[in-house]
Amino acid sequence: MTASAVSLAEIVESAVASQRGRIGPLLPVLHAIQDTLDYIPSDAVPMIASALNLSRAEVHGVMTFYHDFRSTPSGEHVVHLCRAEACQAAGARELERHARESLGVGFGETTADGLVTLEPVYCLGNCACSPSILIDDEIHARVSPARFDELVELLREEG
Amino acid sequence: MGVKVFVPRDATACALGADAVAEGIRAKAAAHGIDVEVVRNGSRGAFWLEPLVEVDGGGERLGYGPVGVADLDSLFEAGFPGNADHPLALGPVTGVDWLASQQRLTFTRAGWTDPLSLDDYRRLDGFAGLERALGLTPQEIVDEIKESGLRGRGGAAFPTGIKWQTALDAPGDRKFIVCNADEGDSGTFADRLLMEADPYQLIEGMIIAGLAVGAREGFIYLRSEYPHCKQVLTEALARAESAGYLGDDIRGSESAFHIELRIGAGNYICGEETSLLDSLEGKRGLVRFKPPLPAIEGLLGLPTVINNVLTLAAVSTVLAEGPAHYRDFGSGRSRGTLTVQLAGNVKRGGVVEIPFGATLRDLVEGYGGGTASGRPVRAVQVGGPLGGYLPEALWDTPLDYEALAEAGGMLGHGGVVVFDDTVDLRQQARFAMEFCAIESCGKCTPCRVGSVRGTEIIDRLIAGQDRERNLQVLEDLCDTMVEGSLCAMGGLTPFPVRTALKHFPEDFQ
Repeated sequence: MTASAVSLAEIVESAVASQRGRIGPLLPVLHAIQDTLDYIPSDAVPMIASALNLSRAEVHGVMTFYHDFRSTPSGEHVVHLCRAEACQAAGARELERHARESLGVGFGETTADGLVTLEPVYCLGNCACSPSILIDDEIHARVSPARFDELVELLREEG
Repeated sequence: MGVKVFVPRDATACALGADAVAEGIRAKAAAHGIDVEVVRNGSRGAFWLEPLVEVDGGGERLGYGPVGVADLDSLFEAGFPGNADHPLALGPVTGVDWLASQQRLTFTRAGWTDPLSLDDYRRLDGFAGLERALGLTPQEIVDEIKESGLRGRGGAAFPTGIKWQTALDAPGDRKFIVCNADEGDSGTFADRLLMEADPYQLIEGMIIAGLAVGAREGFIYLRSEYPHCKQVLTEALARAESAGYLGDDIRGSESAFHIELRIGAGNYICGEETSLLDSLEGKRGLVRFKPPLPAIEGLLGLPTVINNVLTLAAVSTVLAEGPAHYRDFGSGRSRGTLTVQLAGNVKRGGVVEIPFGATLRDLVEGYGGGTASGRPVRAVQVGGPLGGYLPEALWDTPLDYEALAEAGGMLGHGGVVVFDDTVDLRQQARFAMEFCAIESCGKCTPCRVGSVRGTEIIDRLIAGQDRERNLQVLEDLCDTMVEGSLCAMGGLTPFPVRTALKHFPEDFQ
């Protein structure tokens, strides 16, 4: 067994242990693994399945059903751009075009320098001050294309 | 003790820079040698004024807003945190008309205090409902809820008392209370505000629900898109447990109740109650057939009460003040207060709690002050992504469940999204289908496949191909989705599409 496989097994084990005793622990387990690793490697699927007494198909089915779970690593930062109606009313369609063009990526893709993964989101509950984006865990309100560029520039400076 | 300065910790306030404002106030006060205590309170829901900074001025709360970091120098120069003569000064917040003219029942505590302070919650009559409930029998609690006329605030408006009675009467020793905090409708954020500004009210309501139906286990299913809310609830649940409001022996009553916070994973459909239950069980969030009703066979096949955040919060008010107090608000069969959220292209957006019966025009023009862009309002979408697009001719309809339904609208969870005259209703209709295609759980073919076909048909309409035929196919497709889908996702997606076609035909020429 390689070193990384051992540590993956440990991560899965500790994620499962932290959720022991819960009803339907699969979602919390997947969240815990993704919180630690930033994604859920395909090698983790059989381990999760065996630890929770599920089939691999069940784990795969759940992972792929939910938008949040990734099977490949993201960029350094994840930018969720709200595409829902309230944001559309305040300019989100234009912001989306701008984001795609300025970053040179589509949804679900990562910029060439690995800085940003762009994801769609349908409502951040910030609809009185639209358009909204979520950068990692931080929401930003009234994001114009120019403001979007500033925020991305800040991420670039952070490195 | 320094002067108390309040800067909200709410997600929208933070999205507008409240953290930096709070830090800035601390630093500037220190530089000026002024002793201040910065309290991170909840928001009042007047999001257009955020960050709304308040100063405790001896019984009165003096407001300033919206405050940016760049305003701090001039504020301190004008005498802040003393009574500052400044363009951002609003005077006493209780005098701000946008707030003062509301009738706050569920949001009465929002914004006054640190949302996590149990002392503050108790001081503002918190847990009075629970104290009363502990002295009542389960049937007496259910009877009070029935008498209050409380209906589900998630969108379906089902009478809460009847749901609870069903769960109470269901045989079995193990039952559940599930709070649906998967507030996925675009243009809605009242659940979020309640949970971030007054989380104990929800917790109290859930404990009362548990006592009423004999459930000892509760879940809050919160959407993952609300990271601030997750923080507040995690801490609030921990504090409620330490203080003995949750656990095996609630306040010495020998009744047990536990709440687990469960985080969703980004799917709109999990706000549908049966899909939510599957998700809680660790499965794909597929919609279930009804019957059996969740109140009889819900989580793990056991009796389960599923209520929306605002419904459970209102329960604390009903029990604290008595059912008559709650019932006396409202009109027709819509009792209590109406919570709407003004969103989208609106000048003064936020949470508005008013008596049922106000019109859409009162809201959009009165509270909302028209569009943020300054252009004329053209369409208003009421009730989330499955709600209709309403033209000006319908804005005088009173906003209650029945009147709006009669006019061909839907109140839903009370989201009101304002669009100006640059909106293209073809694109909005297309998006309704696209959203359904992205978020359909996949169980019913008319929803899963119909939404994809719907997007394609509208694309052909936009391209000007074979107009009459494509309109006919779209109509047929909408009928199939309405008739052939188990839940509101497929069943109501045609609603925004059809209202766009009906009320804004010029966009489809």
